[in-house]
Amino acid sequence: MNTPLSATLTRVAASPHAVGQDSVSSIMLKVIAALTPATLCGFWFFGLPAVLLWVLTCASALAGEAICLRLMGKPILATLRDGSALLTGWLLAMSLPPWAPWWLGVLGGLFATMIAKQLFGGLGCNLFNPAMVARVALLVSFPVLMTAWASPEAEPGLREGLGITFGAPVPDAYTSATLLGHAKTELARGADLFQAFSQGLPTSWQGERPGSLGETAVLLLALGGIALILMGVISWHIPLAMLLALAIPAAIGHALNPARYLDPTTHLLSGAAVLGAFFIATDYVTSPASRAGQLLFGAGCGFLTWVIRSYGGYPEGVAFAVLLMNALTPAIDRFIQPRIYGRDWRGNPRLQKKD
Amino acid sequence: MFIAITSLTLLGLILGTLLGIAARVFHVESDSVTAEIVAMMPGTNCGQCGLAGCQAAADALIEGTAPATVCPGGGAALAEAIAARLGIPLGAMEDSGPKVATISEDICIGCSKCAKACATDAILGAAKQIHGVLDEACTGCGGCLDLCPTGAIALQPQAQTLQNWNWAHPLAA
Amino acid sequence: MGILDKFLKTSWGVHPHEDHKRPAADVPLRGLPLPKRLAVPLLQHVGAPAKPLVAVGDQVLRGQLIAAAQGNVSAPIHAPSSGVVSAIGPVTAPHPSGLDFDAITIDLDGEDRAVEFTAVEDPLMLAPEEVTRRIAEAGIVGLGGATFPSAPKAQLGRKHAVRTLVINGGECEPYLSSDDCVMRSNSNEVVDGVRILLHATGASEALIGIEDNKPEAIAAMRAAATGIQQIRVCPVPARYPMGSDRQLVQVLTGLEVPAGARTASIGVLVNNVSTCAAIHRALRLGEPLIHRIVTINGGAVARPGNVRVPVGTLVEDLLAFVGLKETPARLVMGGPTMGAALPHGAVPTVKGCGGILALTAAEIAKPEPSPCVRCGSCARACPMGLLPMEIAARVAARDYDGAEKLQLDDCLSCGCCAYVCPSNLPLVHAFSHAKGEIWKRAQQKKRNEFTKQLAQARIERQAREARERAEAAARRKAERAAQLAAEKAAAARPQETGA
Repeated sequence: MNTPLSATLTRVAASPHAVGQDSVSSIMLKVIAALTPATLCGFWFFGLPAVLLWVLTCASALAGEAICLRLMGKPILATLRDGSALLTGWLLAMSLPPWAPWWLGVLGGLFATMIAKQLFGGLGCNLFNPAMVARVALLVSFPVLMTAWASPEAEPGLREGLGITFGAPVPDAYTSATLLGHAKTELARGADLFQAFSQGLPTSWQGERPGSLGETAVLLLALGGIALILMGVISWHIPLAMLLALAIPAAIGHALNPARYLDPTTHLLSGAAVLGAFFIATDYVTSPASRAGQLLFGAGCGFLTWVIRSYGGYPEGVAFAVLLMNALTPAIDRFIQPRIYGRDWRGNPRLQKKD
Repeated sequence: MFIAITSLTLLGLILGTLLGIAARVFHVESDSVTAEIVAMMPGTNCGQCGLAGCQAAADALIEGTAPATVCPGGGAALAEAIAARLGIPLGAMEDSGPKVATISEDICIGCSKCAKACATDAILGAAKQIHGVLDEACTGCGGCLDLCPTGAIALQPQAQTLQNWNWAHPLAA
Repeated sequence: MGILDKFLKTSWGVHPHEDHKRPAADVPLRGLPLPKRLAVPLLQHVGAPAKPLVAVGDQVLRGQLIAAAQGNVSAPIHAPSSGVVSAIGPVTAPHPSGLDFDAITIDLDGEDRAVEFTAVEDPLMLAPEEVTRRIAEAGIVGLGGATFPSAPKAQLGRKHAVRTLVINGGECEPYLSSDDCVMRSNSNEVVDGVRILLHATGASEALIGIEDNKPEAIAAMRAAATGIQQIRVCPVPARYPMGSDRQLVQVLTGLEVPAGARTASIGVLVNNVSTCAAIHRALRLGEPLIHRIVTINGGAVARPGNVRVPVGTLVEDLLAFVGLKETPARLVMGGPTMGAALPHGAVPTVKGCGGILALTAAEIAKPEPSPCVRCGSCARACPMGLLPMEIAARVAARDYDGAEKLQLDDCLSCGCCAYVCPSNLPLVHAFSHAKGEIWKRAQQKKRNEFTKQLAQARIERQAREARERAEAAARRKAERAAQLAAEKAAAARPQETGA
């Protein structure tokens, strides 16, 4: 070796000199992959308008992010490649009525990345889940459009499908209420649940019933979520705590007064419970970092969902519940911290008795 | 009539006492802050800040006429401590690290003017002998620079060693 | 809280996806042909540097004392082979800064003549203090990398009346297998060293912790320790950083070392297996610590493996011996997670150097950092239970006090957090910077205190001098007045007598 090695060594760097294989983009890609089967299933049920809406929502989420990055002079392509904006748009699309008009998706997508994410400082800095912020913003601004659900029996053709997305009014025959919406309306009318569902509960694992993309294919969503847990992308703490905290009060309520409260299975299988538990509440940025905190966070999401569904003004409460718990996340992270090795819970050196 | 006079007198007495106590407490507080700031400072009265010693600098800080970075000898650590104590902005600092005086042996004539003036007795050497600087005692105040008739003294950054070397801030490019 | 701990914090540390230990670990130990030149550093241990006892031009023999320990925590340095001292002065330190430190450079004559070693027939018959003295004289320091001198450590153990010796055969760093090699090929020496240490410290049992990814070492050590009641070989799960003393003590004894304290405070003393082998050689053969086994590994190395290396051998000589397949992108002394990147190859090996890695660009490839997504992986990986993402946020804002409040001081710099971080944030770099900054501030504060005392002393001295001058002046004035009065009186007397 005649040439001095120094000539060839790259910049001397701090340890460690090896890194693991996970990266932000690989994690986002895995989440997207886990969402794909349920999404395709939703496309199958709801046809062309759902596909168009999904494309528009994702594209506008990406566009919103790109615009903000451009305005702030940050690298655009490198940031878009992390997949977080695409995932935000995707999750939003999953939570919209599949036959919503095109501008609802575009508005939501732009709102999610521009207002709910980049205004807070971009990836990692947003306090609230961007997809849920956008969904709630749309829900309170356009309540009628946001609760007009297509029935999966309808099979619009190409022309009809384009018409639905781009402005033509949706034929009444095609729309119907979701299960939770129906229950809420009937209860508000003074009817009890036995009357409301005299034909039997339309709950099904296959998901062939009115609702958003992320509401219908419950089984595929759950499988995707379990795959994420097995891949180590998310842990079981938030989903399990959320689903249990939704099912247990529901079971108690239903046992006490079946005419007033829906049964736990219906609660779990309808609305965005499964999508929320596996894909939305588990968002790294807006959920607590510690396992104990995650249990608390998940339980809060589940319980609040049940409270809102049972007593609130809206039929579905996952988005509100997640946002409320997002607001509590900093507090949870502040108060639930791991015990430091060699210290007690207060942080003082832990004295060990010598015997 | 009597009740009115008594109650008003009592009220006046109580309020007056409270005011007096408040004034006393406030007065003591102000003093103790100055004392605290003075205690934080190097206390060499080197005058590098352009004021008449550390007490004057502390007074100026409290009046708000001096920035938190008033004391070059105290370095970044002192500036931050002052800013935190008084709740004033830190301001930009050009922190080139601590400096020490060095005497060029070729030029020093051993007049010992610098040694006599040094506030911390950091310069060693009797008359007619080349002087040396005790690095650990030198505050880098620079008070000796202009005294040297031959210009043999210069402020140099402290030498980097394996002990005091540090990684750059990871965000600094 | 114990159950809660277990339930919520199931696993600290990381399982590197590929530990790269083999095939290097399975290659038989090789000896290094004597190089032409050695640069033996004076500071190869924690504590004060050794003081040179030789001068340029002196002839030295293998094993000859060339620098003496200074102070309580220090270690002497011996010549690893025979030759002539050609220089005493700065050489580049194995440190990422590329700064210099002092070393004694010896031009070897190749004859490897040795001083006469004074072996001990049975070290277990010596008094513990005598054993400790011999360990100190042999210049033995912790060979696991911490390089704390072994003799003061044994003394500390006696002072605290430790009951348990934990012998660290964890070697959790990827790529490295030098301890593995020692345990496989010299298991009897290690076990004998453990017995000597038990005797020197007065401990009643020794637990040898070996990661379960080294079945050969476990078997060899078990065979060597058969029939010795006090010594138990304990396989531990392979998980980084199992070889950190605090973690190994916790796994083997269930005890936690209190923050800021040494393991001795809970009755445990930790020593590395290679240190035990060195203690055996020092006592049974009288041979000081002059060489050690170094793993040379990495994608750029043609014939990786373990090599017996004289202390002070230049890294480039080592690499020339094992050959390079390609030009390395980074040289590292130590393992890939905690080792120091070297500025160039002309850097001496030291007593605490267990490995030299020549890594390729592909091996050190690290994507550009992206923002923290608060996934919490770092906090779960941290073996100390710290919150790296929170500390890093403080450091990024230069809030060093905030970082200190989050107990940055407890950080081991093990690198688990940076290893798992999906955003590839330079966490260890940030923490090292913050620790350095906090240290500097403490130094500056001490310095300010010191200069303040000096200034105060000077003011007092000046006041005293002024007072003394005033007093002297007053005295002189008084004397003069007295003199004048006396003169007056004297002048007046003749008049009186005359009158």
